Amino acid sequence: MSIGINWLKYSSPQAFYPLAGRLIPWFACAAVALMGVGLYMGFFVAPTDFQQGEAYRIIFVHVPAAWMSMFLYVVMAVWAGIGMGLNARLSFMMAQAIAPTGAMFTFLALLTGAMWGKPTWGAWWVWDARLTSELILLFQYAGVMLLRTSIDDVRRADRASAVFALVGVVNVPIIYFSVQWWNTLHQGASVSMATGSKMASTMLTAMLLMTVAFWLYSIAVILARVRCVMIERESLPVWNDDEKPAVIQEVVEAR
Amino acid sequence: MKPRHKRFAFIGLGLLVLGVATVLILNAFQSNLVFFFTPTQVASGEVPQGRSFRIGGMVEDGSLVRENDGLTVRFIVTDTAKRVPVTYKGILPDLFKEGKGAVAQGKLNADGTFIASEVLAKHDENYMPPEAAEALAKAKASGAQQSKSLIVPQGRQGSL
Repeated sequence: MSIGINWLKYSSPQAFYPLAGRLIPWFACAAVALMGVGLYMGFFVAPTDFQQGEAYRIIFVHVPAAWMSMFLYVVMAVWAGIGMGLNARLSFMMAQAIAPTGAMFTFLALLTGAMWGKPTWGAWWVWDARLTSELILLFQYAGVMLLRTSIDDVRRADRASAVFALVGVVNVPIIYFSVQWWNTLHQGASVSMATGSKMASTMLTAMLLMTVAFWLYSIAVILARVRCVMIERESLPVWNDDEKPAVIQEVVEAR
Repeated sequence: MKPRHKRFAFIGLGLLVLGVATVLILNAFQSNLVFFFTPTQVASGEVPQGRSFRIGGMVEDGSLVRENDGLTVRFIVTDTAKRVPVTYKGILPDLFKEGKGAVAQGKLNADGTFIASEVLAKHDENYMPPEAAEALAKAKASGAQQSKSLIVPQGRQGSL
């Protein structure tokens, strides 16, 4: 437990708050830089597609956003599960902080998908298994957030939304494998662990860069949000001399 | 066993039960979750009768015919085993091409022709520059020219 860095130290909000504050700028800067490189590669370096022309370029936002929407849900559920098992406050706070970002990526995936579907398929939306299950994921994020806000007692809100998040995790494999299990209008996976990539290498590089950029963005935003959650929830000692106590004071007065 | 181990075991067990239940439910609804039927399913009568449904498959090479009104098109959807002739009046999506995937929504009429009210193009998961696609097509053509020309039918519509 006490080998090298004592990681458990950071399971207390009090220690985690300043750590998160120090990490945020690094992740944010790296995210912006990588996003710039990724978008440049996607729009100027990657070649035109042989059948979809330029319309396919939306893939550089669509696929990373869709991956993040599923991945963040699993991470949220894991934090919720850890919170349930260990009764750890910080875990629940992390789960709470992840939900809005996950919902944002789900919405982004659906929106870019619609914008891609119209020029290629000829329809903004179809009720095939992939699209429908991704829409359900958006409702799940909304459900987790709504359930939390609808219960006043924080501990009960944590547990209820954790159970909701854990139950909903069954949808993630359904989304991922929907294009294999059923015949759908949505095409199959271009990149997979089993069969490798079915894209030209510069296209793949741009897409993976965007994925890493979205990861870094998510970490930065979630850390920033979890700090807000801590301030909202805790009995508000001044943890960090650098932080202006005025902000905290305002929150206290608002309550 | 400490209380927290018990809680984790409980969560794990719950997820397991939930997973099994989901698999069973999805299996039971298997036939309701397909987006389209294949021409083979149409031929064997697995499709809903007198009701609108979707068929999907490849647009057969050389089967696309435009009527004189410029709006009505006929083509054949195939899954290489069976073929279904389709009639559609409307604008086709840009990616609609012979030899590529398509999904059509509509009804089967008495003589086995599918009257489509909507046609969608289904593209695949391969992305490459046009030059690479050309090179690939050339390599394929040099090997499979003869066999391919046999599959393409000469008589176009109304053959079913």
